[in-house]
Amino acid sequence: MTTTDSSTPARVPTGRRRIGDVIFANTASGAGALILLILAGVAAFLIIQSMDSLRANTVNFFTTTDWNASTREDPAFGVAALAFGTVLAATIALLLATPVAIGIALFIVYYAPRRVAALLGYIVDLLAAIPSVVYGLWGVVFLVGQLRPFYDALENYLGWIPLFAGPVSATGRTMLSAGLVLAVMILPIITAMSRDVFHQVPQANREAALALGATRWEMIRMAVLPFGRPGVIGGAMLGLGRALGETMAVAMILSPSLVISPFLLQSGNQTIAAHIALQYPEATGYGVSALIAAGLVLFAITLAVNMGARFIVARRKEFS
Amino acid sequence: MTTTTTTPSTGSSGDGPRLSSSSLLTGSLPRSFAPLLLAGTAVVVGGALFALGLFHLVSFAVLTAGVYLIAITVASRAVEGGRKAKDRLVTGVVYCCFGLAMAPLISLLWTVLVNGLKRFDGYFLTVSMNGVIPSMDAGGVYHAIVGTLVITGVAALISIPIGLLAAIYLVEYGKGRLKQAITFFVDVMTGIPSIVAGLFVVALWIMIFGPGNTSGLAGAISLSVLMIPVVVRSSEEMLRLVPNELREASYALGVPKWLTIVKVVLPTAIAGITTGIMLALARVIGETAPLILTAGIASTRINANPFEGQMMSLPVFIYQQVRAMGSSGDAGIYAEERAWAAALTLILIVMLLFFAARLISRLFAPKLGR
Repeated sequence: MTTTDSSTPARVPTGRRRIGDVIFANTASGAGALILLILAGVAAFLIIQSMDSLRANTVNFFTTTDWNASTREDPAFGVAALAFGTVLAATIALLLATPVAIGIALFIVYYAPRRVAALLGYIVDLLAAIPSVVYGLWGVVFLVGQLRPFYDALENYLGWIPLFAGPVSATGRTMLSAGLVLAVMILPIITAMSRDVFHQVPQANREAALALGATRWEMIRMAVLPFGRPGVIGGAMLGLGRALGETMAVAMILSPSLVISPFLLQSGNQTIAAHIALQYPEATGYGVSALIAAGLVLFAITLAVNMGARFIVARRKEFS
Repeated sequence: MTTTTTTPSTGSSGDGPRLSSSSLLTGSLPRSFAPLLLAGTAVVVGGALFALGLFHLVSFAVLTAGVYLIAITVASRAVEGGRKAKDRLVTGVVYCCFGLAMAPLISLLWTVLVNGLKRFDGYFLTVSMNGVIPSMDAGGVYHAIVGTLVITGVAALISIPIGLLAAIYLVEYGKGRLKQAITFFVDVMTGIPSIVAGLFVVALWIMIFGPGNTSGLAGAISLSVLMIPVVVRSSEEMLRLVPNELREASYALGVPKWLTIVKVVLPTAIAGITTGIMLALARVIGETAPLILTAGIASTRINANPFEGQMMSLPVFIYQQVRAMGSSGDAGIYAEERAWAAALTLILIVMLLFFAARLISRLFAPKLGR
């Protein structure tokens, strides 16, 4: 390979060494290429396997809300309601998590005593390590029950906003509950990214602000937030990507139905990922292939969001 | 501040209206004021809630925080002026954010611990669910532990060599387009939803074995799709930390490049790499969605053979028990107890990995810069 040629001339070219080098270099680059191959394979296999059902589908895949795919005759299914639910849940999670995550990151970097800050870093990482199925269990058994009075109050006082229109779901297993748990799950990602950029704010900028008599908040607003904005946005988008693809918490908490409903306090809606997990064990006929098609849509959405996030983060690196 | 010489210029900037010496000596609240105010607020709010018979931990915390934020802002505005008041308000809000993040973590760990301990014992850990009918107060998690260990083990066997070699390529050999492409797509790959990784293996398996074929190996492959990018990322970071002087010293002694990597670079970075791998394991060991698709959700028997038959794992076991929670009578209660106990087992395993990883990185970190 060309990669080894450039490094060999510097050394005495004895045959045995060269063979070892060539083998090792090729294995390493082979492993790298394999990763590209796997990613390409994910896209390719999903496309190939979904074609089967998409060709047999009798209705428009992108505008239909129903899901009648577990049949061999005239399957009719569409991803419209699922895509809406996916975006809705992720948006709720993002709106709830981002401000809190920025607050935590600021706390860790600028407010907490240094010793405590290191410990807090661990705790945030630990939050990220808790399996999603445990979040789901906690959410469905413990949290949704606790949220009932809160939802009632929300409906009482803010019911005039269509989002919070009643009647409140008796179980509390609503989109808002799912979004809330998703918010807790993506909190660590956004926090970690924000924390990293806040750490990188040049000390000169911060000291300049303080030397001009700025209070700590003014220093943060003038020196830290403008510098950290791209990093925070990138982190938020990574969090969004995670929330879009999160399966178990939604599958366990939400009591689903395939409608497009903006009412957060009523049961209804469903996300792509949760729909796949719930439907797969019972899928027959074109069912599996149709679910793979839904997965392909999810893959495309998350790919776009993640590439956007990486682009923003990478651009920041060039500037700093 | 130089007060004597530049009084006019200080006056013109900043707080304009107050030019006299009082602007330089604005009052400030004593250091102990904020904590005392917080304690006072907590006592008052707690007392009021108790008196009204409405005491609840959440409403107590929320009300205390709200009243405190208003009180500190008002007090500070009166004594210290608007800018300081804003600063104190933001400080309070930032502390609240932190409390808000701790609340779910503590609540989750507490509920798992309390509910899980009811059934978490030697019996639960050493028997499977084979032959246990729903209404029986029996059964355990042994088959799921075996499955989790086998599936994660195989996933590690696949991902560690690929991930590590790819990281070595990126750091030691890579240049040009291929390197850029791999770096970018590894980042993209970390964002693949776990359910899509599961569907990928489902699609692959349909093409190779036909529909409806589940096994531990399929689960392991789907997990390694999720694990490889994490391993690449962390290993790459660690390899980059190895000082170039070590490599150059090795080359100067005539050691070939591959031996330099194996004997010098890797041993220097091994602690960090191990930490990264263990954190990656902690991440994938709790993955549920891909295993539901690839390893089956109905297995009750002990199966340690990844190549044949359905294989239960701890996360899927929790999910299976949650689905059974709705059943009537005692069956639902037993299912819920099993779910909590399995969740406790899983969290203990994850935490064990997590803290072992931290310990390794702390104990065996290379001592650089001596």
